[in-house]
Amino acid sequence: MTATVGREQAAARANDVWKVYGSGEAQVAALRGVSAEFERGRFTAIMGPSGSGKSTLMHCLAGLDTVTKGTVMIGDTTVTGLNDAGLTKLRRDKVGFIFQQFNLLPTLTAQENILLPLSIAGRKPDPAWYDTVIDTVGLRDRLGHRPAQLSGGQQQRVACARALVARPEVIFADEPTGNLDSRSGAEVLKFLRNSVREHGQTIVMVTHDPTAAAYADRVVFLADGQIVSELIEPTAETVLDTMKKLDAPVEVGN
Amino acid sequence: MLRATLKSLLARKLRLLLSGLAVVLGVMFVSGAFVLTDTLGRSFDAVFADAYAEVDVSVEAKPKIDVSTAEGMPLSTPMPASVLDRIKAVPGVADAEGVVAADGARMIGSNGKVVTSFGPPQLGQNWLGESDLVEIREGRAPQADDEIVINTALAEAGKVKVGDRVGVLTLAPKKEFTLVGVFGYSGGRDSIGGANEVYFTTPVAQQLMLGKPDVFSNVSVQAADGTTPEALRDEVARTLGADYQVKTGEQLAADASAGLKEGLSFFNKILLGFAAVALLVGTFLILNTFSIIVAQRTRELALMRAIGASGKQVIGSVVLEALAVGLIASVLGLAAGIGVGALLAYLFGQLAGGLTLAGLGVPASAVIGAFAVGMLITVIAALLPALRASRIPPIAAMQDVATPDRPLTKVTIGGAVVTGIGAVLLFLGLGGHAGDSTLATILGGVLFAFIGVALLTPIISRPVVSLLGAMFSWSVPGKLGRLNSGRNPRRTAITAAALMVGIALVTGVTVILDSAKGSIGKLAEDTIKAELVISGSTTGPRPASFDPAVLEKAAAIPGVQLVSGEYGDMAVVGGERTWVAVSSNVAALQQIFGAKATAGDISRLAPDQMLVSSDTAKARNLAVGSTVPVQLSRGEARTYTVSGIYESSQLTNPVTLPPQAAADFSIPQPIQGFLQLAPGTSVGAVQPQVERLLADSPEVSVADRAAFIEQQTGQLDSLLQMIQILLALAIVIAVLGIINTLALSVLERTRELGLLRAIGLRRAQTMRMITVEAVVISIFGALLGVVVGAGLGAAVVEALKDEGITDLILPWGQMVTFLILAAIIGVVAAVLPAIRAARINVLGAIAHD
Ligand SMILES: Nc1ncnc2c1ncn2[C@@H]1O[C@H](COP(=O)(O)OP(=O)(O)OP(=O)(O)O)[C@@H](O)[C@H]1O
Ligand SMILES: [Mg+2]
Repeated sequence: MTATVGREQAAARANDVWKVYGSGEAQVAALRGVSAEFERGRFTAIMGPSGSGKSTLMHCLAGLDTVTKGTVMIGDTTVTGLNDAGLTKLRRDKVGFIFQQFNLLPTLTAQENILLPLSIAGRKPDPAWYDTVIDTVGLRDRLGHRPAQLSGGQQQRVACARALVARPEVIFADEPTGNLDSRSGAEVLKFLRNSVREHGQTIVMVTHDPTAAAYADRVVFLADGQIVSELIEPTAETVLDTMKKLDAPVEVGN
Repeated sequence: MLRATLKSLLARKLRLLLSGLAVVLGVMFVSGAFVLTDTLGRSFDAVFADAYAEVDVSVEAKPKIDVSTAEGMPLSTPMPASVLDRIKAVPGVADAEGVVAADGARMIGSNGKVVTSFGPPQLGQNWLGESDLVEIREGRAPQADDEIVINTALAEAGKVKVGDRVGVLTLAPKKEFTLVGVFGYSGGRDSIGGANEVYFTTPVAQQLMLGKPDVFSNVSVQAADGTTPEALRDEVARTLGADYQVKTGEQLAADASAGLKEGLSFFNKILLGFAAVALLVGTFLILNTFSIIVAQRTRELALMRAIGASGKQVIGSVVLEALAVGLIASVLGLAAGIGVGALLAYLFGQLAGGLTLAGLGVPASAVIGAFAVGMLITVIAALLPALRASRIPPIAAMQDVATPDRPLTKVTIGGAVVTGIGAVLLFLGLGGHAGDSTLATILGGVLFAFIGVALLTPIISRPVVSLLGAMFSWSVPGKLGRLNSGRNPRRTAITAAALMVGIALVTGVTVILDSAKGSIGKLAEDTIKAELVISGSTTGPRPASFDPAVLEKAAAIPGVQLVSGEYGDMAVVGGERTWVAVSSNVAALQQIFGAKATAGDISRLAPDQMLVSSDTAKARNLAVGSTVPVQLSRGEARTYTVSGIYESSQLTNPVTLPPQAAADFSIPQPIQGFLQLAPGTSVGAVQPQVERLLADSPEVSVADRAAFIEQQTGQLDSLLQMIQILLALAIVIAVLGIINTLALSVLERTRELGLLRAIGLRRAQTMRMITVEAVVISIFGALLGVVVGAGLGAAVVEALKDEGITDLILPWGQMVTFLILAAIIGVVAAVLPAIRAARINVLGAIAHD
């Protein structure tokens, strides 16, 4: 496994991205010149202290938020500058999401939730792939249930299946295990890692949890809106060490 | 996507249904109106087809004056009995009968009062024997001159029975007859179309109903075998010439039915008017419900966008939801409308003396109207929220923040523009600059004004609501309630605007009618110089009248200085239909009604002279000395010379003819009588003497001037009450709106309410908080309504200044009542949402996502 990133392999790329919120005195620079590449078929974690800009970076990468300066690319599509129709198409074809709050539609069954992105785009699922996804998430006997009848972990697995079923270029996950206990969290993470290893899916995940980050192939560290460090083939210990090092100056600052 | 939409729709069915209720009501009125008209229309057709079934051809002299159904039955020109012989001689005629039939046979019931018919004519006719249609139920046919038979419905209404002596008013003053028989119609019917019918012997009928012996109002002709009614009609017409109208029985039935249907279309318009009001208020309600639902679903819709839904798909999903609500509301409204139509038709049939209803009909127009209106309104109302939904950024799926309050600048500018358009339209319409489309312009102006003010409401709501809320700020729940009602100005505004429409309409109408009443009353008070007035109230198109002999006798009462009887009728003056009047004492014009001469002499009139008002003179280019041909309801046309012109006022008529002309009016009896007393005469002493004179004229009574004015303007009061009751509907719908908004707000704030409860807010305090919110919103709406309504009313009154509404009267008492009522409405509307809020499970609410 190599850590090198070839241009043609990048599934998502940020190039000197700045994100400034507000204006005048209330101005906050959430991202300050972030450049990063996320390889195809890799599982990348983004870590950093609260308020460091992790979510903002992810939103910008996914085309959910506009950047103040710089460019973002998903595959060979330049995201920055796309209009609403272009962004919609991007979200349909190239991007999947997993949220901390699961964000399932309470009125739909698990199966309907999983198929929602496809039915919105007016597409039919590939039956073989659909079966694979369902089997990997292990929800076959729960497909007819509504979110309220599922546990948190199960709900998050439904959300994962929903992201996977459309086979997007990249899946962005913002603290997907933030609301789960360690056991359900581990299940979800294993599942995400498998989809990368076995099916070549690209995943970018924001997390606070070093154990979760250890499931990834690579960890990118953010602080104050800038990339400050990076780990390849991380373990929980190396991640924790790096975090401590990063936190130290902040504590001094306080 | 479709499935997701439908499922989320089902999950919110109760909320949507509540808002759909307004549409249901609107649709109900629309389809009810169509069902009613259709059912009654077909019933009329059937009744008259039956009534004229035995008539092959009918001959009638052309009426001198055409009148519309609303003005009453046309007075047919009596034709000499000799015409009957000419008709009998026409080949193809098997038999012909001379018929006397005219409106104005008013029977006095056992209570001494005239039996009224509430619209349908009171026919006096000559008895022509029984037939397939007419059957004597009790007693026998009239044989002597003082014998009559009447229809069963009239006998029942007047509580008279065979053998009684009953009085009947006709062209002649009251006459007594013996009731020898009661008849009905085939199929057990007691009347046809609710008419009251009195049958005399032929000579009596001719004298009393047509005023001359040996004349008929029409001739009913039977065709010989082998001659079609149409052929016979043409043959008779050829023989008689152009002075006669010859129609087949079928034509007569169609004409009679068409006349009644014309009256119905007026009724129809009223129902459609209320439908429009209900739908206007309903639009606000739906707009608000969908806005709130969209706000609540922000996260869900953002998620859809994040996983690939396009803006169009989001719009589509909201519009689809609206379509579904509109569809269901239309179906329910149509069903309710059919019920209401059937009920109204039944009531109408009862009122019209047992009209036999044809089967209930649901015309295609009712169905199409219901669905078009219901679905269109719902979709239009949901369009704005749908558009807003499509603008929700996908990133909102990841944020837990409520949608930020957008600035109100755009809405306010839009509101100002729309209000401006409304004001311009009102100015054009009321100022009489809109020509033929005056009414449409005014209605458009009112509509634009309402929408414009509704758009301006959010910006107004901030200061007003915080001011209103200050009244409740002494307690914590009150303060919280106040803050809640101010925190979403748009939502508060739309809810209040729905209430505004109803209250503004009621206030506006009240201002106009009160001003009219006040102005007329004041004018009468200032101008009419008569201490006693003889008059009666009317229930149908035909006014009450009294024996002219009363006038002379009243003049002879000591202390009575001047008496004048007033007659009136439609006539053709110089080729134009014009209202003409006669004062039995021309001097009354100046001495009682304060008329001022602008030319010639208006204190006297020779039999061939006439007086005209200055407006008439101007419009027709008349001056003293002009000659004008006048055709009255009876007799031949005559030429009159204008001998004087008086200044037009509310109390003057366009044309005044000499007393002799009254004999040729369709009602040749005075309608009102004015008595001026000598100074120092006691009104109380004269009044009972006049009362005694009126013993045989039970349609009228004598009252002092104040009571007379009250009685005249009192008709406006009952009109006002009717309009208020119907507009109350708009207010009821608005209350639904407040309940809906509050219920949705409570739902939306579940977490917040739970938190408040968790930190110690008691149940009762929670309820008080919600109640304050409701009361503030509804008082705000009422305040807006009162202000807008008073403004619109004042504008109309200003425009009607020339029509004699000179005084603007603002119903302060009523306006204050509305505000108090609004407070009560607020409390009532808050009950259910407050209970719901109080029941929120504290733990569950905080965990609520
Ligand atoms: N909509 C916004 N308006 C203004 N400032 C914002 C907005 N969103 C984020 N910020 C600011 O940008 C900075 C980065 O926020 P971001 O949400 O990306 O942090 P994060 O690393 O995801 O933190 P956490 O770990 O707590 O989720 C913060 O200082 C935040 O206050
Ligand atoms: Mg974050």
